[in-house]
Amino acid sequence: MNILERIGRVFIRLFEETGLWFRMLVRTFVWTFRPPFEGGEWLRQMVRVGVDSIPVVFLTTMFTGMVMALQTYNGFHRVHAENFVGSVVALAMLRELSPVLVALMVTGRVGSSMAAEIGTMRVTEQLDALEALATDPVHYLFVPRVIAGIVMLPLLTILGDALGVGGGYLVGVKLMGANPVIYEQNTYQFLQMNDVWSGLIKSAFFGLILTLTGCVRGYYTSGGAEGVGRATTAAVVSASLIILFTDFFLTKLLF
Amino acid sequence: MNDNTPMISLQHVDKTLGGRKVLDDMSFDVGRGDSFVIVGGSGVGKSVTIKHIIGLIKPDRGHVVVDGQDITTMRPIDLNRFRRRFGMSFQEGALFDSMSVFENIAFPLRRHTKFTDSQIRERVDECLDMVHLEGVSSKRPSELSGGMRRRVGFARAISLKPAILLFDEPTTGLDPVISDVIADLIVEMDRTLNTTTVTITHDMKVAFKIADRVAMLYKGRIVEEGTPETFQQSQNPIVQQFIQGRAEGPLTE
Ligand SMILES: Nc1ncnc2c1ncn2[C@@H]1O[C@H](COP(=O)(O)OP(=O)(O)OP(=O)(O)O)[C@@H](O)[C@H]1O
Ligand SMILES: [Mg+2]
Repeated sequence: MNILERIGRVFIRLFEETGLWFRMLVRTFVWTFRPPFEGGEWLRQMVRVGVDSIPVVFLTTMFTGMVMALQTYNGFHRVHAENFVGSVVALAMLRELSPVLVALMVTGRVGSSMAAEIGTMRVTEQLDALEALATDPVHYLFVPRVIAGIVMLPLLTILGDALGVGGGYLVGVKLMGANPVIYEQNTYQFLQMNDVWSGLIKSAFFGLILTLTGCVRGYYTSGGAEGVGRATTAAVVSASLIILFTDFFLTKLLF
Repeated sequence: MNDNTPMISLQHVDKTLGGRKVLDDMSFDVGRGDSFVIVGGSGVGKSVTIKHIIGLIKPDRGHVVVDGQDITTMRPIDLNRFRRRFGMSFQEGALFDSMSVFENIAFPLRRHTKFTDSQIRERVDECLDMVHLEGVSSKRPSELSGGMRRRVGFARAISLKPAILLFDEPTTGLDPVISDVIADLIVEMDRTLNTTTVTITHDMKVAFKIADRVAMLYKGRIVEEGTPETFQQSQNPIVQQFIQGRAEGPLTE
């Protein structure tokens, strides 16, 4: 009984929060097209989400590409299929690893800091002050951040694609001694435009999810410094979960 | 809108926060161009009351009518636009800590006026001058003292010359001289711009100086309201204890 009740409560909260999330999504969408447009603020957020994330993206995707090559080479060597290492690395990076890993890393970096920032504004009444100055926090804070996420995540993913494939090439050719020409040929051989697109479309969705979740968690912060800490953790956990969850359905949808 | 309708009218407002009924059938009117002062003990619900006037808190029951419009039933987008008539300074300042002092005060000007940069600079300087702050405009709020922050909050509230001004303890923590400067400013704005102001304060000297009407908040409602003279002579023991600042009396029972 007790345990059923608990499970029930978890589900109710889940539904409530999902509803809240979508309501804020609609509010953000509506406010996006209303003046005034804060160009400077949009730009600042793009730098914060995009440019400042380059080092993290660089390391993550490059090493993932390298490990991929290493692992597949070992496996494929047993069935004398070393030639396909390049194809596997490229496909995996472009379609799946680069979008998801970039999104998860940026969630940790940016989603959390957005939750902390807006959460602090909540507990110090700065959000009330914004409203009192006839400025909707969704308009002034959410819109530039969410736009930055949607625009910058695909760009970071392109970078991740290149670095992952490059890392794989380095390991395959320099370390494992694959033939550079054949490796390169195999990298492109089975790729279609669709592989690139599906990854980029997914990453745009992830960018929306991680920024909006950070903003929403911050917006509903209560309870001082401890509340801000909770909001930050919750932002990372729930954004990561939503990203992985959405990833499955988007992949199914986009082939 | 005719001139006899009140500018601000709270009608039978109830509000429960954190399991406690903070406002209990609270009603009062503030006339156009009046200066209304709310006094009362700490934690009695003064800040909650002033936040109702600008719609930052919605009442559980009752209505808040400002300039003839019921803001409790207004759509969020309309309420957002409606708030341009207000200026509010918060008890803790609530300055945007990612911006400089200058940007804080310029914020409403940038968003809601077509001022050029030089006009904005002029107006910001003017506002800082009025609250006797100099050489702070490029500082961050975190580099200021509590009293300076409060004055910047005050300057930000008045920068648009709004029709309605709400001040939550504008002089708390300020030295007596600057307190008097702020009080004079409020009086002056009432006279020259015909602003309607609602001020919360613990400082009876400031209260009597700026008020057209003083109201005492106690147990969720207004227990006494009047001009500074009638308020001072009130026979209500609660009011008398508060004005004289005595430790014994109905307030502390
Ligand atoms: N967001 C909130 N959640 C729960 N309770 C709240 C909230 N805001 C205010 N309260 C409660 O409402 C009561 C009134 O608070 P309020 O801030 O209005 O007091 P105040 O009269 O302004 O006091 P002070 O003079 O100390 O500023 C307090 O008991 C407070 O605990
Ligand atoms: Mg207060």
